[in-house]
Amino acid sequence: MMNIRTQVLLWTAQRASAAVLALCVLVHLITIIYAVKNGLTAAEVLGRTRGNPGWAAFYALFVAAVAVHAPIGLRTILSEMLGWRGAALDLLVLAVGIALALWGWRAVWGVFV
Amino acid sequence: MKNDFRARNHPAYWAFIAHRASGLLLALFLPFHFWALGQALHGAEALDGFLRWTEYPLVKFAETGLVLLLAAHMTGGVRLLMLEFLAWRDWQQNLLAIAAGASLVAGLAFALNVI
Amino acid sequence: MSTLRVSVWRGAESGEFRIYEVPRLESQTVLDVVTYIQRSLDQTLSYRFACRVGMCGSCAMTVNGKARWTCRTHVAGVAEDDQIEIAPLANLPVIKDLVADMSRFFDKWAQAKGRFQGTRTRADDFARVLPDSPQREAVDAAIECIGCGVCYSACDVVTWNPEYLGPAALNRAWTLVNDVRDTARAARLAAVAGDAGCHACHTHMSCTERCPKNLAPTASIAGLKRAVAAAALKGEI
Repeated sequence: MMNIRTQVLLWTAQRASAAVLALCVLVHLITIIYAVKNGLTAAEVLGRTRGNPGWAAFYALFVAAVAVHAPIGLRTILSEMLGWRGAALDLLVLAVGIALALWGWRAVWGVFV
Repeated sequence: MKNDFRARNHPAYWAFIAHRASGLLLALFLPFHFWALGQALHGAEALDGFLRWTEYPLVKFAETGLVLLLAAHMTGGVRLLMLEFLAWRDWQQNLLAIAAGASLVAGLAFALNVI
Repeated sequence: MSTLRVSVWRGAESGEFRIYEVPRLESQTVLDVVTYIQRSLDQTLSYRFACRVGMCGSCAMTVNGKARWTCRTHVAGVAEDDQIEIAPLANLPVIKDLVADMSRFFDKWAQAKGRFQGTRTRADDFARVLPDSPQREAVDAAIECIGCGVCYSACDVVTWNPEYLGPAALNRAWTLVNDVRDTARAARLAAVAGDAGCHACHTHMSCTERCPKNLAPTASIAGLKRAVAAAALKGEI
């Protein structure tokens, strides 16, 4: 179903999103390690995050990168480990990507806006 | 004839296993993570209700595990990006050790802060 | 004199391991062991060899789970408790006993366009290729492949993805992509791209680990990934 050019572009998107995620994850790990000091409460977390457009934009980008990166990875795992091929697989992972994007942006909205 | 663990028992292969396993587990964790954070939409109390779980030692242990998975997947991924996009050099053999070391540091830092 | 307990695959796809007792000798290679079995113990054993001296790659088999050249594998280097296990190469159909069918291996070589294509004739002057140019150095690092099949046998992506062209075919394609005399670059990059091509490689590096000529097909495949991505972004694929 999928032509060679599309397969190449998927691989490229996987690597490009990986590079974006490397930076996002680095920032995320540092902020997590800082945030968990002295316990987590909603007031503390939301006090830092609410109404913060810079962080909102960062996490919106993070979500977008994950929504590209994870489905392409899952596609490979499903095809190699379970032998799935074809349009059904591609549509499934596309659905996963869309779900991750929508749920992720919903969470960003909840925490940062 | 099929290959078994004897053919797979070398460092670059372990790195692949770690990368695939961590990626899969993180992908399965994400929807839950987004749901938990989305609780903030229902107000601070809803989020707090969830965050109270993070007091339990078992949850702290699981969180440390997740941080390790994330750090391992990220450092392993950076190793792959370097192997694929930079010209092949001998020092790249050490990337695996560096990646493993860095992810352990991250996990340890988290664990120390959360205990 | 001690005795080696040798477990040898007999049959085809279905079959069994049979045990043979072989006298252990100094500097004995695994090929020596197989030869002894066939000549002195069981003439029905089938196996391949040619040069016996590590140049042709014909004697490649799975020894104690790892693909290797049996003429270049000393028994002393692999035997534990005076035992070894010998099987045909993995990822290939078994014809009989230790003989694997290499057809698919070479078919994929052709599919990857692992064959030089040029336009010069005897009427043209020689092509000039500087030996220390980056492209020629890339070719030289990968050109010594003799098509023994060890890397293909070692690769798990070949096992999981039957269409995957495999490390040897892709490695050869890389040498041609860097050959400045070759005129089929665009077609070759298209042939090695995608889910069955270089993009399926996950850098397990089992190929590089096992290659008896110390080549690094992983490096060649990484080079193909870069070349294909560049070609795709330029609209050539």
